[in-house]
Amino acid sequence: MNITEKILARASGRQKVSPDDVIFANVDKVMMHDVSGPGVIKVFDKLKKQGINVDKLWDPTKVWVAEDHFVPSPDKVSAENIVKLSNFTKNYGIEKHFKYGMGQYGICHTLSHEEALVLPGEVYVGGDSHTNTTGALGSFACGLGHTDVAYVLLNGKIWFKVPHALYFKLNGKLPEHVMAKDFILKIIGDISTEGGAYKTMQFGGSGINEMSVESRLTLCNMTTEAGAKNGIVEPDQKVVDYLTSRGASNISLVHGDDDAEYEKIYEYESSELEPVVAKPFSPENIVIVREAPSVELDKSYIGSCTGAKYEDLVAAATILKGRTVKIRTEILPASISIYKRAMENGLLKIFLDAGVTVGPPTCGACCGAHMGVLAKDEICISTTNRNFPGRMGHIDSQTYLSSPLVAAASAVTGKITDPRDLK
Amino acid sequence: MKSFKTLKSIITPLDKVNVDTDQIVPKQFLKLVQKSGFGKFLFYNWRFGDDEQIKSDFILNNPKYKNSEILVTGDNFGCGSSREHAVWALMDYGFSVIIAPSFADIFFSNCFKNGLLPIILSEKIVEKIQHETGEVEIDLENQLIKTPSEQISFDIDLHKKTILLKGLDDISQTLLYEKEISEFEKNSTIPSVL
Repeated sequence: MNITEKILARASGRQKVSPDDVIFANVDKVMMHDVSGPGVIKVFDKLKKQGINVDKLWDPTKVWVAEDHFVPSPDKVSAENIVKLSNFTKNYGIEKHFKYGMGQYGICHTLSHEEALVLPGEVYVGGDSHTNTTGALGSFACGLGHTDVAYVLLNGKIWFKVPHALYFKLNGKLPEHVMAKDFILKIIGDISTEGGAYKTMQFGGSGINEMSVESRLTLCNMTTEAGAKNGIVEPDQKVVDYLTSRGASNISLVHGDDDAEYEKIYEYESSELEPVVAKPFSPENIVIVREAPSVELDKSYIGSCTGAKYEDLVAAATILKGRTVKIRTEILPASISIYKRAMENGLLKIFLDAGVTVGPPTCGACCGAHMGVLAKDEICISTTNRNFPGRMGHIDSQTYLSSPLVAAASAVTGKITDPRDLK
Repeated sequence: MKSFKTLKSIITPLDKVNVDTDQIVPKQFLKLVQKSGFGKFLFYNWRFGDDEQIKSDFILNNPKYKNSEILVTGDNFGCGSSREHAVWALMDYGFSVIIAPSFADIFFSNCFKNGLLPIILSEKIVEKIQHETGEVEIDLENQLIKTPSEQISFDIDLHKKTILLKGLDDISQTLLYEKEISEFEKNSTIPSVL
């Protein structure tokens, strides 16, 4: 069995599972945020009306709640949703509620690793499609709709069909100017936004072993854009150290068997990879940066669960140090813990000196909700994960998806720029 | 949940692939959580312009399709964000069936939680249905789509079919076995930590 099958077998109390088996798995952790949370509360209300007992959750210690999409509250409705969420966590005894303005908070997928909320080998589900991110820790992580999250909150279990697995092997360490974001965009370009539909996307090989945990998180994060059920990397000592330094203990790793089976194996050579961007309006519209259209950019955005982890900010800082931005540029660290490290290590000064606006953690602009949305015909280069029509603002705005290095280099020139070509 | 048995309606052809949930319900409406009333936000940016003027060239704004309950569309429908609001909006607008060559996973699963029937058919057959102008009957019990000229059968998982036919969601479905479950739990020798 591969690692995903091993985790699902363990969670469902079976010796062995195979692709397409339907299993009833015990869930270890569950997450909801300020969009899925109020949706879940609605489902609870409906169940209550049907006479179903919703007085107690299966295990409030295994649940956490993030405030990330509409925070800091841009309007009254959002503010009320935050109040609703607070009442819910209070009533049900959920202690892990990361509130903005009260210490550590941030994007839910970032908290999952920054706060070591999910451990290797666990089954983790969340009310958000990018829950896949956390598979980089060697766990089974996938997103659910509101009704499914409500079901898990009450029962601690959920049905899964065991997915078929695709294996992406990366040979050799990525060159300095190429980031994990370039690799995953390249993959999506190759297999299409449907290429991973209801499949596991597993990453391995010497290039992945060399990669930091944060880079692996970027890979798994965007498996969602290929339609994957989950993204996963076999955990190693780096994962153990990463989680231990964030307070985790009792970590036990699950690994795939030597004779693990995959539906298909894709192989890539690091030395052949180049910085790329995804053109509007799909993450599969990949073009090499040096061959990208020469458009006048209006904005560069470095933020989100995909592109505002600490190493993403460090990458941006290496470019922005001693330079000034030519276009409107926003940098939003994905959590307060990352924000603090960026401050302590001088990154914020580099950004501010370059003319960047540094904002609080939020999903706001990534989903075009608030905090820097795009106007009609504006063109943005962004470290986020989606560039559907209107995703970041007006339906006639455009987004190019890129790595933090490319987004920062492009901020300096106002054009889509390969970091190697920066003077 | 309302049960689904048969339905007769003309189809609305939406000839697009990769229709993502951002297009189905744009983000500005996500902060609203009532399950009803989302119909007015369905495909908002396609139906309405900047000043909320109606875009007459968009198919849903053609009065001919006003009472259509069947949406026939392209590959990978419902991709992107996991928002269940997308299903609520389609149903509140009046759609009960979506026919496409493929659906995104979370969206597909959300459909059954709310009583919306997604039907997967080959690209060739979907294209043929898209050109159907007469009334089409969907017969879930017999897994048939009856057009004026032919009958097309479709596959559906038995469990999911039962859920829709009986109008159950997963939770009510589980509760049908409440007695058996509590019996089992009472007599089970398996330690609860498993």
